[in-house]
Amino acid sequence: MTARYAGRRRRNMVATILALAATLVGIGWLALILGSLLWQGFSGLSLAVFTQMTPPPGAQGGLLNPIVGSLMLTALALAIGTPIGILAGTYMAEYGRYDRLTSVVRFINDILLSAPSIVIGLFIYEVMVAPMGHFSGWAGGVALAVLVIPVVVRTTEDMLTLVPNALREAATSIGLPRSLTIRHICYRAAQAGMITGVLLAVARISGETAPLLFTSLNNQFWSANLNAPIASLPIVIFQFALSPYKDWQALAWTGALIITMAVLVLSITARSLASTGKQS
Amino acid sequence: MALRAGTLVSVRAGTRARALDRLRLSDIVFRQLTRAAAFGVLLLLSGVIVALMVGSLPALRTFGLSFLMTERWNPVTEKFGALAPIYGTLVTSFIAMLIAVPIGLMIAFFLTELCPQWLRRPIGIAIELLAGIPSIIYGIWGLFIFAPFLQGTLQPLLIATLGHMPGIAPLFSGPPYGIGTLTAGLILAIMVLPFVTSISRDVFAAVPTVLKEAAYGVGCTTWEVARYVVLPYVRVGVIGGVMLGLGRALGETMAVTFVIGNAHRISASLLAPATTISASIANEFTEAVGDLYTSSLTALGLILFVITFIVLAIARYMLMRIERRIG
Repeated sequence: MTARYAGRRRRNMVATILALAATLVGIGWLALILGSLLWQGFSGLSLAVFTQMTPPPGAQGGLLNPIVGSLMLTALALAIGTPIGILAGTYMAEYGRYDRLTSVVRFINDILLSAPSIVIGLFIYEVMVAPMGHFSGWAGGVALAVLVIPVVVRTTEDMLTLVPNALREAATSIGLPRSLTIRHICYRAAQAGMITGVLLAVARISGETAPLLFTSLNNQFWSANLNAPIASLPIVIFQFALSPYKDWQALAWTGALIITMAVLVLSITARSLASTGKQS
Repeated sequence: MALRAGTLVSVRAGTRARALDRLRLSDIVFRQLTRAAAFGVLLLLSGVIVALMVGSLPALRTFGLSFLMTERWNPVTEKFGALAPIYGTLVTSFIAMLIAVPIGLMIAFFLTELCPQWLRRPIGIAIELLAGIPSIIYGIWGLFIFAPFLQGTLQPLLIATLGHMPGIAPLFSGPPYGIGTLTAGLILAIMVLPFVTSISRDVFAAVPTVLKEAAYGVGCTTWEVARYVVLPYVRVGVIGGVMLGLGRALGETMAVTFVIGNAHRISASLLAPATTISASIANEFTEAVGDLYTSSLTALGLILFVITFIVLAIARYMLMRIERRIG
C-alpha cells in the first residue's frame, strides 16, 4: 500500500518536473528568438535605415521605400477589409444571430481565419494580377484585405454579442430605428473590442510575406504608385536574407527587428485595450 | 384659428411621415448592406476555390491523376508531379505535431494546475505573443541561427547514434546539411506550440471545479486529476486545438521556405533537403515560365487548400462540440 502510494507520488513529481521543463522550453524559445533578433538587428539600427532607399549590394542604404510601401499596403488593406468585416460581423450579431446564414458564415470565416496565406496570394494572382497583366500594389493591398476581413468579422461579432440586450431595448423603446440603435448604441458600447480587432488584424498582416510574393512583388526603387510593383518590408527581408551579401543580410535583420517590435507593440496595445474595455 | 392649427398639424404630420420614411429606408439599406457583407465572406471562400480550380485546370488536364502520384518535377521538359511537395508537407507537419503537442499539453497542465496565480497571466501572455510573431522572423532566425546550430550539434549526434541503429538508420543518414526536413519540422513545432498551448489551456480551464475537487477529495494526485479527470473531459477540445495547429503547420510558408532547401525529391533521410507545397510555390511562382509550370504550382496550391480545409473543418467541428458541452 505504501509502496503503491510512493509510486503515485513519484509519478506526480515526474509530471510536475516535466510540466515545468516544458514551460521553460516555451518561454526560453521566445527569449532566444527575441534575444538574437535584438542582438543581430540592433547594431544596424540607425537614422539611415528610416531615411534612405534600399541599396545595391555593397553600398550603404536603408529601408525607407519598403517601410513606406508596407504602410501603404496596410492602409489599403484596412480601408477595404475593415468596413466589409464590420458590416458582416454586424449582420451576424445583430440581424441574424440565430440564422442559418450566420452559422454558415461563422464556420467559413473561421476557416478563412487560418487558411494558408500563400493560397490567398495565388487567388489574388488569378483574379487580379493575371487579368491586369502586371504585378501591382493594388493586388497586394487586396490580398492583405482578404486576411483582414476574417479577423475583423470575428471580433466584431464577438464584441457585439457581448453588448447587453437591455441597451438595445432601451433604444428601441424611445423609438430609435434598428440601424441607428446599432450604429449609435451598440457600436459605441463595443468600441474598444472592435478597435482591438482592427489592431490584431494590423498585427497579423504587417508581417505577412507569402501573399505579397506574387501580388505586389518588390521594387528596388522609390515608388508610391499603387499601380506598379511596390516594395514591402517582409519581401525585402525575404530577398535580402537569402542573398549572399553581408550588408543585405544585416539590413534584413534590422527589418525583422522593426517588424517584430511593431507587431509586439500592436498586440500588447490591443490586449490592454481589450482588458480596459471589459472593466468599463 | 382652428383652420391654421389644422394646417400646422398636417404640415407637421407630412414632415414626420417623410422623416419616418427616410429612417425606414436607411434601416432597410443598412440591413441589406450588412447582409451583403456576410454573403461576401461566403463568396470569398468560393472565389478562392473557383480561382484555384480554373488556374490549375491546364496542369490537371495534362497530367491527370498522375500529378498526385509522380515525384518528377522538371521545368525544362515541363513534366510535373506533386508527390515530393505533398510528402514534404506531411512529414514536416508530422514532426512539428510530434514535438509541439506533448510540450503544449504540459504547458497547459502547468498553467492551469500548478502555476502560482500571479505567474499565470504573464506566462500566458508570453506564449500568446509567441503566436503573434510573423513567420518570416522564424524563417530568418531558423536560417542564420538555428540551422547552423543544428548542423554543428544535434545532427552529427543523431547521425552518430540513431544513424547506426538498425531499422531507423536511413532516417538519419547522410551529411548534416543544417537545412532540411528535420530543421523545418522543428521550426514548425515552435510556431504551432502557442496555438496548441493556448487552446488546451482554455479548454482545461473550462473543466468544472466540482469535478476536480471531487477527484482531489478521493485522494488523487495533481497529475492524476489532470490525466484521468481533466483530459478525458476535454478530449474533443484538445483534439480540435491540435487540428487547428496542424492546419497552421500544413500551410505555413515563410518559416519553412528559409530552411527546407527546396529540393524536389523524396529522400529517406530526415536530414536531407526537401520541399513542401507552400515552399515550392513561394520559391518558384514568380520565376515560373510557361503556362503549364504556373498552372502546376497553382494545382499544388489547390491541393494544399483542400487538405487544410478538411483539417480545419474537423478542428472547428470538434471545438464547436466542446463549446456546446461546456456551454
